Amino acid sequence: MSNVIMKLRGVSQLQEARVNQENTVEINQRNLQVNELSFDVPVSGTVYGTLLNYQGAYKAFESQMHEKPYKAPPKKPVLYIKPKNTFASHGAAIPLPEGVSELQMGAALGLVIGKTAKQVKADEALEYMKGFTVVNDVSIPHESVHRPAVKEKARDGFCPMGPWVMEREAITDPDALNIRVFINDELKQENNTKHLIRSIGTLMADVTEFMTLYAGDVLLVGVPENAPLAKENDVVKIEMEGVGTLENTIKKENDVVGGDII
Amino acid sequence: MKHGRVAFDGLIHDVVEQDGKVKLLDGRIVEETDVTWLSPLEPRTVFTLGLNYADHAKELSFSAPKEPLVFLKGPNTFIGHRGQTYRPSDATYMHYECELVVVIGKTARHVKKEDAYDYVSGYTIANDYVIRDYLENYYRPNLRAKNRDSCTPIGPWFVDKEDIKDPMNLTLRTTINGKVVQEGTTKDMVFSIPDLIEYLSGFMTLSPGDLILTGTPKGSVDTAVGDEVITEVEGIGQLVSTIVGESAFNQA
Repeated sequence: MSNVIMKLRGVSQLQEARVNQENTVEINQRNLQVNELSFDVPVSGTVYGTLLNYQGAYKAFESQMHEKPYKAPPKKPVLYIKPKNTFASHGAAIPLPEGVSELQMGAALGLVIGKTAKQVKADEALEYMKGFTVVNDVSIPHESVHRPAVKEKARDGFCPMGPWVMEREAITDPDALNIRVFINDELKQENNTKHLIRSIGTLMADVTEFMTLYAGDVLLVGVPENAPLAKENDVVKIEMEGVGTLENTIKKENDVVGGDII
Repeated sequence: MKHGRVAFDGLIHDVVEQDGKVKLLDGRIVEETDVTWLSPLEPRTVFTLGLNYADHAKELSFSAPKEPLVFLKGPNTFIGHRGQTYRPSDATYMHYECELVVVIGKTARHVKKEDAYDYVSGYTIANDYVIRDYLENYYRPNLRAKNRDSCTPIGPWFVDKEDIKDPMNLTLRTTINGKVVQEGTTKDMVFSIPDLIEYLSGFMTLSPGDLILTGTPKGSVDTAVGDEVITEVEGIGQLVSTIVGESAFNQA
């Protein structure tokens, strides 16, 4: 059994619960299935993403790095922000914008910050974390990473997170977590955080060197190569070993009201 | 009216401007140098425009973009009026950027240009410092160059929309230690305020408290530790910031 922090719909406070390996949730002395609960977004701070931090993703892009407009490989982490309008819960519909046929599903481990982190040392980074969450860093597919991809990454509902925050103590080695992405129950992608270029500690050190992270902020460690595409009505499930499984369905933007399909 | 947020006597106060002084809600009037200035609003989603003045784009050897070049900032980077901005010792080119800030007043989605000002609550000033040494060509301008702690002074005042007759005709001016180094006008924006609200709300929802930093005109000059940099927007105020180095930070 592992402790999680969740936010259930209809109440303002966060709630503690326990989750077992079969993904049943023990809450208020009752055992419930995940699908019996209705989740809200479990974090509220700023969400920062990291680009090109999986070895395979970096390799796939490497041949372009000496060409214009990049001219040289990146020296420091390539970061971006997923603003608040993108936040969505487990179970929410991901809006498919008009004129777009497919969205890229970005399976990312989210580091949930537990206390103010500034100029953190790599080997002390875990102390600054409350825990981990599963994030789908949704994008409209785009080739160029020269300019910030706000239009491609900052659409409403493009950052589902959850279902909960798994407490830090439950994860023995966050730098060796298996990640699997299923679309309509078919396995589409598999990777592991052991393939990160900057491990969690190094990434935290390099980011907090110039930028303070606050309690409730989330730092995404990166999206693995060959991120799968999903289309209307696809059910997307991101499974992160020991952390949880995040599920969302793609729906036409005009059919989505709030996080629901109406 | 001009609104601010300050720390004074152990409390955070909402204040208004009165004859160049600071008036607390309890009626006390204090000097602006006797308070600690905070950001006049808690920044929510913060959009910043790159190369939104044709003359500045040219100065940096870029042609003006065909679509707004937008990047985002986090809350860590903001600092109040009269704050200290840290310049790392290895930086060789760190310049200010005087910018008019538009504050969103109500939820905006698919807003048309002609209605754009209905969604604005007011204006403030930002100084969008950049350390050009740290620029890299991935998601440029990258966060390490543009989203550093203490590198975006904001304020001192949030000015109600009604008090600014034409936000697209305001003089912007920056001085370093009293010498004018940058001067321009919001008339020269490539994408105007209504353009930007239509563009952004066309693909995402804007919410009250979201900020748009609308870009900076020509006149980028390096700054040095000890410099007092004042970014000024006509009718909105003067935002003061001081550059500090290793001696003030990283004492450990």
